[in-house]
Amino acid sequence: MELTLWTYEGPPHVGAMRVATSMEDVHLVLHAPQGDTYADLLFTMIERRASRPNVSYTTFQARDLGGDTAGLTKTAVREACERFRPQVLLVGESCTAELIQDQPGALAQGMDLPVPVVPLELPAYSKKENWGASETFYRLVRALLAPLAPPPGQERPEPVESRRPRANLLGPSALGFRCRDDVEEVRRLLDSVGIDVGVVAPEGASPEDLLRIPEADFNVCLYPEVARTACSWLARTFGMPTVEACPIGVGATRDFLREVGRCAGVDVDAALAPERSRLPWYSRSVDSTYLTGKRVFIFGDGTHALAASRVAREELGFTVVGLGTYSRERAREVRAEAEACGVEALITDDYLDVEARIAELRPELVLGTQMERHVAKRLGIPCAVISAPVHVQDFPARYSPQMGFEGANVLFDTWIHPLMMGLEEHLLGMFREDFEFHDGAAPSHLGGDAPGAPEQDGGEQDRAVAWDPEASAELRKVPFFVRGKARRNTEQFAQAQGLGTITVETLYDAKAHFGR
Amino acid sequence: MTARDVLATVSEGGACALPVLRERGQREVFCGLTGIVWLHRKIQDAFFLVVGSRTCAHLLQSAAGVMIFAEPRFATAILQDRDLAGMADCNEELDRLVGRLLARRPDIRLLFLVGSCPSEVIKLDLAKAAERLSLAQRGRVRVLAYSGSGIETTFTEGEDACLRALVPELPATRERSLLVVGALADVVEDQFARLFAELGIGPVHFLPPRRSGALPPVGEASVVLTAQPFLNETARALGARCARVLTAPHPFGVEGTLGWLAAACDAWGVSRERLEQVTRRAVDRARRALERPRKALAGRRISFLPDSQLEIPIARFLHRECGMEPVEVGVPYLDRERMAGELALLPESVRLSEGQHVDRQLERLRADRPDLTVCGLGLANPLEAEGLRTKWSIELVFTPVHGFEQAADLAELFTRPLERGERLAF
Repeated sequence: MELTLWTYEGPPHVGAMRVATSMEDVHLVLHAPQGDTYADLLFTMIERRASRPNVSYTTFQARDLGGDTAGLTKTAVREACERFRPQVLLVGESCTAELIQDQPGALAQGMDLPVPVVPLELPAYSKKENWGASETFYRLVRALLAPLAPPPGQERPEPVESRRPRANLLGPSALGFRCRDDVEEVRRLLDSVGIDVGVVAPEGASPEDLLRIPEADFNVCLYPEVARTACSWLARTFGMPTVEACPIGVGATRDFLREVGRCAGVDVDAALAPERSRLPWYSRSVDSTYLTGKRVFIFGDGTHALAASRVAREELGFTVVGLGTYSRERAREVRAEAEACGVEALITDDYLDVEARIAELRPELVLGTQMERHVAKRLGIPCAVISAPVHVQDFPARYSPQMGFEGANVLFDTWIHPLMMGLEEHLLGMFREDFEFHDGAAPSHLGGDAPGAPEQDGGEQDRAVAWDPEASAELRKVPFFVRGKARRNTEQFAQAQGLGTITVETLYDAKAHFGR
Repeated sequence: MTARDVLATVSEGGACALPVLRERGQREVFCGLTGIVWLHRKIQDAFFLVVGSRTCAHLLQSAAGVMIFAEPRFATAILQDRDLAGMADCNEELDRLVGRLLARRPDIRLLFLVGSCPSEVIKLDLAKAAERLSLAQRGRVRVLAYSGSGIETTFTEGEDACLRALVPELPATRERSLLVVGALADVVEDQFARLFAELGIGPVHFLPPRRSGALPPVGEASVVLTAQPFLNETARALGARCARVLTAPHPFGVEGTLGWLAAACDAWGVSRERLEQVTRRAVDRARRALERPRKALAGRRISFLPDSQLEIPIARFLHRECGMEPVEVGVPYLDRERMAGELALLPESVRLSEGQHVDRQLERLRADRPDLTVCGLGLANPLEAEGLRTKWSIELVFTPVHGFEQAADLAELFTRPLERGERLAF
């Protein structure tokens, strides 16, 4: 058993729901007890979808368990086919149905239905949401395209000369982070180098669209959490190359264009100019000097955490003090990036671990999911959301991609906005006891009273070394995010020196000692 | 769904002969675990540990959403492959997690182990586990168990199951007292306590209490009033402890609240004149406050999709006191005996339905096109997109709506979506 307060990912059948709901003419029947329909609200409330998810539930109850839950499943399957007339029917089960072993997929396959059935195995007690989405998308792609696969070893036909190179965008899905706008931005980006977009899937695609996937020249794996398995199957089976670079940030967008250029045989040099985004100049402008070395903590899904780390380091001049992900599938990549940052990666899906790490590191900015937003709010640390899971306000009405050159502009704005502005921060540093400018004050452009940052570096009591009142007062003038460290260092220094009491002099002696 | 639509006419001694449409199919409702979202705020030293799957944890955070900023007093012990394969002993695992949890939260005095669909299906005996853990805690923390599983409970039935689990824990008393059952907003509880005091009815106790150390006493001289229409099991268990459970309308609106108080007055031998005298000001105030929402609601048609069990009393209030016309009133399950008083006040034209086949119900709804539809969160936006105005039913259990002072607030929950529809240009 695993103790969970909040969970970053839902169960795997929610991943299957995300794929079904993203698509047209696909319907998912879930063998599930009463209550599992709660997941509908993720799509209709959080994402504000205007139609019900493409999902039906068998809704079994305790009194059905001794009876015919398999019959219930067949009825639900038949009714879903008649009512929704899908081109493909997905059949899966949620955690409870897995235990009663009705095998709904096999049942549906044996029903002689007028549509193809794709049975899903969604192991609820070992796998999670993104795995479920990835598996569902892969099963669906494979079920539809396997019959069209060329014989092994056959060369892929040369691209058609008379048309522009064509790419599929795979991975965007319901409840994904900013997928709607990323697709639009990547489409513009590819168009700018003369490449067309073939199929976008699963979001907005029908089974007929999936059948057109092999017509393109290569696949762009926009969100590996959802599309990597399908992309690598397509690479193996159809010889379709996969572009893996994720175009979040200016540098990554340039890498993406280069990789796309190689795949498509297109010269992309003209499109690489960093000036296509405002981020590089905004970041270089003197006003941004105050961003230098800002201590940032990053946590999210693999795709967004990795991208955020690179942007933070290379494009905004931050210092990454913590980096982690809940996507265990991406742990290797995140560990490598963390190493490049000189920090230890936090690979966990336990929200309490993440909270403890943030409290310990006291970063000046948190980039995370909605969970980290709560943690940051409680600790009084500015925060921007960069990854699912998200809440309703993270599906903005305005155009706000994360990817491409416009996405980089959005990153600059949304990450910088929660911070103090340059001169404001200096004033705060100078007049530490100002009654309006103090640690607990929110940035002036955000208004209102932020909750004061709670002192987490312990009280005066229980300390081996005493602080004289003047030294204590001086310590309070040290910015809160390094105050704990300053206190520890000074005490360590005092003990090493055999001092019983810390004075203002000791404080500055220690500062000079550790500053060397 | 082998069952067919059954149109059953049940006669209740002529008082109410509404036919019931019984349906079977996909249910678009929450399970009983959802009750934890408000119960953990009400009992302030209680912790709710769901023993279930990632789905349970996901449900709780989706339903509670990010409304809760403080560290919540609920969590999920997620069953994993090794628990199911017998590689780990579920009881040992549970002991380990509870130990960790209680060490982290020394402020907890009452721990509920809450059963879920998976724990029920694998027949994990949480009652026994609770007994064992209670002993191990040596009285520091009381550990109880109930089931909020979707295979056994629908939405608000989770509160019923939770309160039912508290009943054996209530201290015994011989004193004549009134016990009000159902989680009420603190402000509402205080208003009722003042009214009962003025009526000379007392002592009055509330279940659940705000702190677990203050469990109300119960015994043969206890008189029980349920404040919510979904507390059948709790009422039955209190009956088994020799308390007298009163039959009364539920305290929604002026009429419901008066009827509810009158039941207590009858049990205490308080005269109707006294009741009228004590409640006059509050009743007048509520009626005045209802004038405005009534203007917006009168003549409008409303349908309820089955959800919280509050559908019947609230339809009664909206019909009798706000002039609305209920078109379809759907309930997850119908207890005719307990609802007799309420049902008698609904118009004969109403279509009463029990259970759900959501697709068929939506077909009826589209044909009816009521001015307002009360439904769950999963359906609200899709119906709005079809041009139907909706009210989220979950707000009815999250908002103080009982009693005289909240009668207009309750009505205004329904005027707001209508007013919004009229204000918006596009």
